[in-house]
Amino acid sequence: MKSFSYQRATAPEGAIHAGAARGAKFLAGGTNLVDLMKYGVESPTTLVDINHLELKQIVADPEGGVRIGALVRNSDLANHPLIKTQYPLLSQALLSGASPQLRNMATTGGNLMQRTRCYYFTDITFPACNKREPGSGCAAIKGYNRIHAILGQTDKGATNGETCIATNPSDMNVAMAALGARIEVEGPKSKRTIPFAEFHRLPGPTPWLDTTLRPDELIVAVTLPPARFARNAYYLKIRDRNSYAFALISVAAGLELDGGLIKSAGLALGGVALKPWRDTGAEKTLIGQPAGPEAFQRAAGILLQDAKGYEHNAFKIEMAKQGVVRALTLASQGTTEGMQA
Amino acid sequence: MSVPLDTEPEDEEFEQEKRQLEKNGLHFELSRRRFMQTAGVISAGIAVGLPNVAAAEAPSNTQAITLKVNGQSKALSLDTRTSLLDALRESMELTGSKKGCDHGQCGACTVLIDGRRVNSCLTLAFAAEGSEITTIEGLAKNSDPKDASELHPMQAAFLEHDGYQCGYCTPGQICSAVAAVEEHSRGALSIVSFHTGKTEHPEITDDEIKERMSGNICRCGAYPNIVAAVRAVAGASA
Repeated sequence: MKSFSYQRATAPEGAIHAGAARGAKFLAGGTNLVDLMKYGVESPTTLVDINHLELKQIVADPEGGVRIGALVRNSDLANHPLIKTQYPLLSQALLSGASPQLRNMATTGGNLMQRTRCYYFTDITFPACNKREPGSGCAAIKGYNRIHAILGQTDKGATNGETCIATNPSDMNVAMAALGARIEVEGPKSKRTIPFAEFHRLPGPTPWLDTTLRPDELIVAVTLPPARFARNAYYLKIRDRNSYAFALISVAAGLELDGGLIKSAGLALGGVALKPWRDTGAEKTLIGQPAGPEAFQRAAGILLQDAKGYEHNAFKIEMAKQGVVRALTLASQGTTEGMQA
Repeated sequence: MSVPLDTEPEDEEFEQEKRQLEKNGLHFELSRRRFMQTAGVISAGIAVGLPNVAAAEAPSNTQAITLKVNGQSKALSLDTRTSLLDALRESMELTGSKKGCDHGQCGACTVLIDGRRVNSCLTLAFAAEGSEITTIEGLAKNSDPKDASELHPMQAAFLEHDGYQCGYCTPGQICSAVAAVEEHSRGALSIVSFHTGKTEHPEITDDEIKERMSGNICRCGAYPNIVAAVRAVAGASA
């Protein structure tokens, strides 16, 4: 690990000021950043410890909705009474991720910033990784790409400086995408709110950029709109072992039902792209339809219509289609009722 | 490796860089290029053996720190890079917490910070300053390792149920289990709670225990006995 100076921030303004310096990074839970520093993937010259900022509140909005402080730990968020009863999709996604120890450390803001688990990104002995070393190529596109993307990837060949087939590893992000979260950020001069769909990037021509957050901005909160899917929500995670593993694919499915008909839907896929994969066309096709296999299969088809598989991950296309149908089916049966089936 | 000869313009550049670094309070930082030069000198001077590259690359950034572990405060001087795990093991003679993977994947390093279980390998020592840290050594009422008369109930249960084979993962397993029982007692949920429809004070079934202990890996495969130990303590406190 490269040497760095450590500073503890006590107020957001001080943190933002210190974080704006070249080579500085914010330290929250550290579960991803410290790990990547050990691997030599990240090498900040200054760590600005923001864990003592007062960004740990979960506050109900009188108009409906909720504001979650950036430093709320994943375990506390999942178990908050408001979240587990009104936003069970988010509780389920959080509790599907990592381990109890890591969920006690990891924060809401940090989880948004979690970097890909692509083996070739994490292992610096592979010279080709456009995300780690811009312009160096992509070792994964023709390598062991089992956990990699089937949607939204940039594929111009292994030696091209834009190619990237990495995925976003977060479970929380998939639920937040389906719930239509917004992200509040503060910079030295201004504050702004970023819709969830615009926060994470697809690789495009700049695979080294994960998000639209500017280098001098600090995430201060995530807001959720009024709850629509409290009664009918399911987070499906398919992985190589039943706990403590990253998703091969995951589906966050929320339904608002009126009798047997779908009034509105929130639907996002994880493990398939560099950002949670949401297609409002798939959600719209469900509206007004009976909650059943026909509508669910049509939505799955729309979500996966542009999917492209590679040597080791082509199985994900069919797995994701069936996963969407299964998650929507279980969601339609009720948040807890469906799960006992 | 040879030392670059075109040092004159670089020296000017280096001086500028150094002034900038000093302005930012980073007195010891070296540029990448300067590191290559230094490393070149070192490896030229040592015919056999590995130079201490980490030291040559960036001299340590050592600062004073006070850590409170098992109720006792200790003043130390540590490199900012030191993990809490290394601070405990290397600087505080608390070698109960174990280094398994050192990447937050195995749970052998699990300790409690302000009562919450965390991976001490991914916790920087400086980030833990000001918190109450509890390690396996702090669980028993009696700190004498040869006196097993006043063990923590979870330690006693691991003994009773033979919850280990080689014992390397055991301190992490026990610290994790202590927190798991505490989390359950205050109604915390796991994904199994949702999957079984028990989202109000779930019973501590074996499936719940397995899920709640999944952050601790045991290569010997003592899992059935670990589950039995946790079940015994959780059942007694329910």
